Amino acid sequence: MDKPINQGAWLLVLPVLLIVAFSAIVPLMTVVNYSVQDTFGNNQFFWNGIGWYQELLDPTSDLGGRFFDALWRNLLFSFLILAIEVPLGIAVALSMPRDGWRVAATLVVLALPLLIPWNVVGTIWQIFAREDIGLLGWVVNRLGIPYNYTADPLSAWVTIVTMDVWHWTSLVALLCYAGLRSIPDAFYQAARIDGASQWAIFRNIQLPKMHRVLLIAVLLRFMDSFMIYTEPFVVTGGGPGNSTTFVSIDLVKLALGQFDLGKAAALSIVYNLIILAVCWVFYTVMTRMDAQRN
Amino acid sequence: MARIDLQNLGHSYTPNPRSDTDYALKPMTHVWEQGGAYALLGPSGCGKTTLLNIISGLLTPSEGRVLFDGKDVTALPTEARNIAQVFQFPVVYDTMTVYENLAFPLRNRGLRGPAVDARVREIAELLDLTPDLKRRGRGLTADAKQKISLGRGLVRPDVAAILFDEPLTVIDPHLKWELRSKLKALHRALDLTMIYVTHDQTEALTFADKVVVMHDGRVVQIGRPDELFAKPAHVFVGHFIGSPGMNVLPAEVAGRAAKIGGHVIPLGRAYPPLNGGEKIEVGVRPEFATLAPAGTGVPVRVTRIDDLGRVRIAKVELSGLPMAATVPENLSVTGDEASLTFDPSMIHVYANGSLVEGEAA
Repeated sequence: MDKPINQGAWLLVLPVLLIVAFSAIVPLMTVVNYSVQDTFGNNQFFWNGIGWYQELLDPTSDLGGRFFDALWRNLLFSFLILAIEVPLGIAVALSMPRDGWRVAATLVVLALPLLIPWNVVGTIWQIFAREDIGLLGWVVNRLGIPYNYTADPLSAWVTIVTMDVWHWTSLVALLCYAGLRSIPDAFYQAARIDGASQWAIFRNIQLPKMHRVLLIAVLLRFMDSFMIYTEPFVVTGGGPGNSTTFVSIDLVKLALGQFDLGKAAALSIVYNLIILAVCWVFYTVMTRMDAQRN
Repeated sequence: MARIDLQNLGHSYTPNPRSDTDYALKPMTHVWEQGGAYALLGPSGCGKTTLLNIISGLLTPSEGRVLFDGKDVTALPTEARNIAQVFQFPVVYDTMTVYENLAFPLRNRGLRGPAVDARVREIAELLDLTPDLKRRGRGLTADAKQKISLGRGLVRPDVAAILFDEPLTVIDPHLKWELRSKLKALHRALDLTMIYVTHDQTEALTFADKVVVMHDGRVVQIGRPDELFAKPAHVFVGHFIGSPGMNVLPAEVAGRAAKIGGHVIPLGRAYPPLNGGEKIEVGVRPEFATLAPAGTGVPVRVTRIDDLGRVRIAKVELSGLPMAATVPENLSVTGDEASLTFDPSMIHVYANGSLVEGEAA
């Protein structure tokens, strides 16, 4: 059967195109515009071509060195929090009650950190971890472990990673819990009849069922941690030195601190492209896996 | 191989059962003989699955004992009992191949090597799964998945009994017959005790040597399919088995006659006077109540005739009491006046729902 083609349908897409254009494409294009120019104030702009990009991607240059340092820090941070939050989230989901009033209680407790504004999370930890008046910082120091996140890079990293784990493990746990809840009781009963060990049940029933939500959890946590700004900015401000300066923090320093609009715009574009690329890889992997299953 | 004894077995989901209604399964004693094919038949919520889960050990009964070959297993967990259970929805481990699925219960019990391989191949052959052995569990049809669930039960050489919890619910109708015949064949070949839970009377009657009918947490009758049909021990069995079910009519019974709505109907057996405050009813299946031309029996008013293809069933009213009756092939009914003739030996008397045995003449 031939379907009649009605070109008038394009009109129906027009409103969406307009909204997307004004909300995303136009602002993005202004950034592109900045990224190929240099300015010395007074609203004077000079054409710089791909100069900022060349500098940015050259690790030996000043700008490039800064960028790659921040990028590695970002990747290390994402790796650390994924390595902690995913197994921990799974463990929490597995030990959650399956029915009764305790389910509601657990869900509320787990959801609490997710409901706190990011700025407030940063402030809470900034105070909590202080060695002079913060409960955590004071106790750790009293235990004889030197800990001061304003002076020691390792302490700063421990604080920021712990804070992120505290803030976001719940999300992984809740997603995994949703996956676990979709397993019918018959699977557990059959596994008992088959004499399966706890590990075999996890490996053959629970993990395959959580597989999809886990991918989503990893994607969400990776993107979020890769774009992290607020909490470390509040707690450490990127310091001590540059030890917790992530790409986003560096970007703000560059754009608003130094007012290097061209460099900052080029950094924004590259940052954006990296995130898009990672998203695309995830999306492709997920759809491939789905296709393989069916 | 085992004989399963249930002794005063009862279960309540509430902690301190006081009255009968607190029990999901009212205390009962029953023996499942080694090698029998049993069907546990009853409507949803009558306690069938509770009973099954107690036998398999997924549930610990609140009272009574379960014995396997005389050995008390009441407190033993499922994995320590040599029992297999097939569930309503097929359970297949998606990430494993069919082969690994079948080998899973053996490997969990520490078996390795050629013994596992030989046993898996034997069971796969028995269930016609050999061509699929290398496939993954995902993407198989529901009946293949259900065969795998069954295979995981059969593969254990020590299994004493296989319990089926409505295993054909999700199977296509034309495959139901096939799978059910397969089960029967397996039962004959392997000499296993099989207990088959269903709410479908056709499934129960075709599968089982003995049908256990449950109603409201209680076993109301145990018998061969023909016994359930010819002599229901409880009005519930009469209703539940047969399509349409047994007619149950309030009556007064004395001696060899019943009085229904003012009409006296002769009975095949003699009964003592029944009037101790009990609810007296007579039950007769539509198959044994035959429609006849007006004036040749008990007068009835015909309200409707349903042609079921194989047989015609008339909905009639006997002094205002609705009932169903068979319409003989050569009878053509005109108007709504007709009469009924009964097979006296197939009329049963019930007091408060339970069968009253009459004295044969």
